[in-house]
Amino acid sequence: MSVAQATSPLSIKRPSSLTRRVSWTRAREQIIRAVLFLCGALSLLTTAGIIIVLFTEAIYSFGGTAFFQSVSITDFLFDTVWAPQHPDHPRFGILPLLCGTFVIAGLGGLIGLPIGLASAIYLSEYAKPKMRRIVKPVLEILAGIPTVVYGYFALVFVTPYVLRPIFQTWLGFNVDIFNALSAGIVVGVMIIPTVCSLSEDALRAVPRGLREAGYALGSTKFDVSLKVVVPAALSGILASFLLAMARAIGETMAVTIAAGQQPRLTLNPFRGMETMTAYIVNISLGDTEAGSMEYKSLYAVALSLFVITLLMNVLAQWVLKRFREVYE
Amino acid sequence: MTLMQSFSELMHQRQQRETVNRSRPVETEVTKLDVRNLNFFYGDKQALFDVSMRVAERSVTAFIGPSGCGKSTFLRTLNRMNDIIEGTGHNGRVLLEGQDIYARDVDVVALRKRVGMVFQKSTPFPKSIFENVAYGPRVAGQNQYKALVEIVEQSLKRAALWDEVKDRMNDSALALSGGQQQRLCIARALATNPDVLLMDEPASALDPASTARIEDLIFELKQNYTIVIVTHNMQQAARISDRTAFFFQGYLIEVDATQKLFTTPTKKQTEDYITGRFG
Ligand SMILES: Nc1ncnc2c1ncn2[C@@H]1O[C@H](COP(=O)(O)OP(=O)(O)OP(=O)(O)O)[C@@H](O)[C@H]1O
Ligand SMILES: [Mg+2]
Repeated sequence: MSVAQATSPLSIKRPSSLTRRVSWTRAREQIIRAVLFLCGALSLLTTAGIIIVLFTEAIYSFGGTAFFQSVSITDFLFDTVWAPQHPDHPRFGILPLLCGTFVIAGLGGLIGLPIGLASAIYLSEYAKPKMRRIVKPVLEILAGIPTVVYGYFALVFVTPYVLRPIFQTWLGFNVDIFNALSAGIVVGVMIIPTVCSLSEDALRAVPRGLREAGYALGSTKFDVSLKVVVPAALSGILASFLLAMARAIGETMAVTIAAGQQPRLTLNPFRGMETMTAYIVNISLGDTEAGSMEYKSLYAVALSLFVITLLMNVLAQWVLKRFREVYE
Repeated sequence: MTLMQSFSELMHQRQQRETVNRSRPVETEVTKLDVRNLNFFYGDKQALFDVSMRVAERSVTAFIGPSGCGKSTFLRTLNRMNDIIEGTGHNGRVLLEGQDIYARDVDVVALRKRVGMVFQKSTPFPKSIFENVAYGPRVAGQNQYKALVEIVEQSLKRAALWDEVKDRMNDSALALSGGQQQRLCIARALATNPDVLLMDEPASALDPASTARIEDLIFELKQNYTIVIVTHNMQQAARISDRTAFFFQGYLIEVDATQKLFTTPTKKQTEDYITGRFG
């Protein structure tokens, strides 16, 4: 026994040999490791599985049965009519669905992003701690409402009691019972919690010293919030916007109920539209025959949606990196 | 007492420099800041006890004292920076040119434009060098680009940074070195055209060369500004200040002409502190 060990004031047992031994401790480590690995692998495998299915059903399969093996990509991207159910001349132009998706997500963004950011600024810069304790749970409740409820709310409340009195009775537009605007409004409300809580995190992460420097230069609270804190938190705010938009684009139930299932290439927010997600619901729930073109078009639409959200995520990552300011 | 001798030497060197430097006639002292019986509280905890002090116009006053004695707290009462901390309170009066800055009708935003502040840790905004300096004038309502360019150039020159950054005004301020960032913060404070400049350990995070530059700068700025500076470095206080105040545990123990305070302090605590017996 070494001298150091004999005089060590701590009574921790020192391992006498460095050779590995099979022991319960070691076995347990291995098991934990394996379980964690499996969990990680599971999500990877799921993603890979989805991509493989999308690819073989939409782009290329050895039997030549994939969607794009019978419909050309140019038709898919540039034809202006989406009529997969037509008995004689089915047409598969995705533009009307893209249009529905982007009009509704755009309206949602127009409403949800500014309100979400404004409430984040309020919570982080203005609200007293007590107020914050009330508002935050309310926002979480908002985030927890099932989206089908939002859709129903748009259909039975927003359209007949808000949009029609204002835009139809008063301003003379024709407002369909299923319309993009009501869908856009509820999508906007739905993304407020996402924008608000992520932006608030970004705003709060701005060091206190920057705020003090702002005040010391004779800024009002408003100046400090808008000209110091928001620019300093820009990367986080932009990332929250992109995530919210990805959510708006992927939103399904609410827009299916509120905007209807009429593929229509128009920018008129008072008409009904069909989004990509709504079409997928439509086909999944309907009595479409497996293997038919209509059925396969689902995969083409799903693949498009997948590519769009993927691009949004990549963009969000890039923005985070590009605009990140490092504080120690 | 070798330490005190070395201070005497420092003071001597300084006097020589001052006689060379002095460009304006010696005038009768005008009181800029007048603090009377100030008590300050963080919640229930009292941080300042009955502090009274006058600060003369166009002078440098240094605050020294051990960590936690209330130097920063006192400095921050002078531009009401403590207002933004929840639950603080005070009593007593702080007069700026005779006007109580804590009076009800005082506009804090206007006060902070006149009483600028530079912090220990440089705090450049994550914007360009130009936008950093232009920030103050902008929030004060100056939006004419030409006027801003002029203010920015002048402020950077005063902060002795112009030559180093004049070709890269649109670069991020975060790309500057620590010493440059601190001078940028000084330029930014000068751009709002204050007449009092509060500095909380402005050189404590800097290397000796940058520190020397900042000290020279303070010496220059004294011609036009009233400067109050917190420092941990007693040599620095001796080099740059006209008057020095020694704080201890929330009390202002002694304030006097720097030379006098460092060579013949009247209080035992001051002497112990400057001779390094504690703190
Ligand atoms: N925000 C605050 N809330 C509560 N107490 C505070 C706060 N800031 C400072 N204090 C307390 O007030 C006392 C004075 O602090 P202050 O920061 O003024 O000291 P200081 O002399 O500047 O010290 P240092 O030299 O370390 O900067 C300390 O006891 C400190 O713990
Ligand atoms: Mg301090």
